[in-house]
Amino acid sequence: MKLFLKVWKQDGPQTEGRFESHVLDGVSEDSSFLEMLDQLNEQLLEEGKEPVAFDHDCREGICGTCSLNINGFAHGPENSTTTCQLHMRKFEDGDTITIEPFRAKAFPVIRDLVVDRSAFDKIIQAGGYITVRTGSAPDGNALPVPKEDADLAMDAAQCIGCGACVASCKNASAMLFTSAKAGHLNMLPQGQAEKDSRVLNMVAAMDEAGFGNCRNYGECSAACPKDISLDYIAKLNRDYAKAKIKKVFS
Amino acid sequence: MSLYNRLVMQSSLIKKYIMALTGIVLVGFVFVHMAGNLQVLLGQEAINAYAHALQNLPAPILWGSRLFLLVCVVAHAVTAYQLIKENRAARPQSNEVEITKRAGWSSLRMGLTGSLMLAFIVFHLLHFTIRTIYPEYNDLKTTVGSPDGSEIHDVYSMILAGFRIDAISVFYVFCMFLLCRHLAHGVSSMFQSLGLRSESWRCKLDFAASAYGWIIFIGFSIIPVLVLAQKYGLVNCLDTCGSSCSVNL
Ligand code: HEM
Ligand code: FES
Repeated sequence: MKLFLKVWKQDGPQTEGRFESHVLDGVSEDSSFLEMLDQLNEQLLEEGKEPVAFDHDCREGICGTCSLNINGFAHGPENSTTTCQLHMRKFEDGDTITIEPFRAKAFPVIRDLVVDRSAFDKIIQAGGYITVRTGSAPDGNALPVPKEDADLAMDAAQCIGCGACVASCKNASAMLFTSAKAGHLNMLPQGQAEKDSRVLNMVAAMDEAGFGNCRNYGECSAACPKDISLDYIAKLNRDYAKAKIKKVFS
Repeated sequence: MSLYNRLVMQSSLIKKYIMALTGIVLVGFVFVHMAGNLQVLLGQEAINAYAHALQNLPAPILWGSRLFLLVCVVAHAVTAYQLIKENRAARPQSNEVEITKRAGWSSLRMGLTGSLMLAFIVFHLLHFTIRTIYPEYNDLKTTVGSPDGSEIHDVYSMILAGFRIDAISVFYVFCMFLLCRHLAHGVSSMFQSLGLRSESWRCKLDFAASAYGWIIFIGFSIIPVLVLAQKYGLVNCLDTCGSSCSVNL
């Protein structure tokens, strides 16, 4: 395959970015999108040019490190797929592909296509955990969890924290991520003790980081590689209202 | 204002609750308003008597409701502009290629349809409620529809006089179309904002919101459309009430 690439280049958070065009020939249809970028970087190094910086780690769709806005789609045009799992056979020979970073005020560009997603870590630090007494492991099945709750919690726990929801939202809102992380714990018995403070603190951290507001477009869920549903956003809206009312009257 | 900032503006979710709660009030209000207006189709007596009864409600109820509606509109609009400002700031550098997978036309243009409606609300109040645009509407008096035979304001003639001007009718119908689009997203979205929607209900609520928008559009637009149609001799269904009307079509 021969591809025409339009790739975002930016030297640092404070500098202006720009697009650079490259022609890449001999791309295998079986390679992944990231392998195609590796090939581009080899070509750039051979030409004595700076390679393009991009994020990646597991390359098997579970770590949430890869990102990229590909032709306007977070993680590319395939549904339920991360960039690392996207194959070049989904593109045509001779295609022009525009590659941009995940854009949001809360995700400043570190370099080229690499963005700083530590705003997500701040949201997790604010309440995406449970407090337990460590020590010997509890007996199996000591804490019964209804099957339905376990399934819903698992669906939320699938979130890999990649930030595609923020990148695809017209308002750069982090509601899908925050609601999945809060909802996952709020649905399990272990999460009950800290439920109210969890939602209040996580939403506060989300607002603090400079994400936009949810307008219920549904773009986040449509872009999510793990198909997290908007139900978790509705649940967060519900849980936050309850927690806020309790706080006001306590 | 600073109290409003402290209570509402501090949290993204509280802002959304305010949008949804004031939205519910306005959604209910437009329905009652539309149903009230449809009495024009019953003739001069019905709508005049209804309007007279509304205007003569006990002062605390009349002014209480007006104030409540005003507060809702102002809170809805102020919060809307705050949300829009924050949303713009949240993506300083826009995407080179912008793709929309799921969001509909209406949801993407809530600020546009809402702002034009705000302009409409001001115009509409000056036109038919405070009557500063055409002060002569104040002189339209009749005993038709009066509970005790005294002279009352002839709302029916005012509506005929207002809508027989082509540009005014076209403007009203256009604004009702904007309202229809605002509601097509808003009425479903407000359930989500309050946490009262699930994925299995989303399609049904989206359908209901769209249907509600069109009902409101048709219910409000039918009056200016019929007035113009009758003016141009296409229909003859509105009561022109012989000598008791001050306006002829
Ligand atoms: C006065 C001028 C108005 C403006 C400027 C305005 C603006 C907006 C905006 C920008 C939103 C989206 C908020 C967001 O989620 O980001 C919205 C939502 C909404 N608006 Fe309006 N609007 C106006 C009047 C109205 C009226 C007259 C009605 C009803 C008859 C209405 C009903 C709604 C509803 C139900 C929502 C959905 C709330 C939610 O998503 O939770 N609005 N409005
Ligand atoms: S690199 Fe780990 S999810 Fe893509």
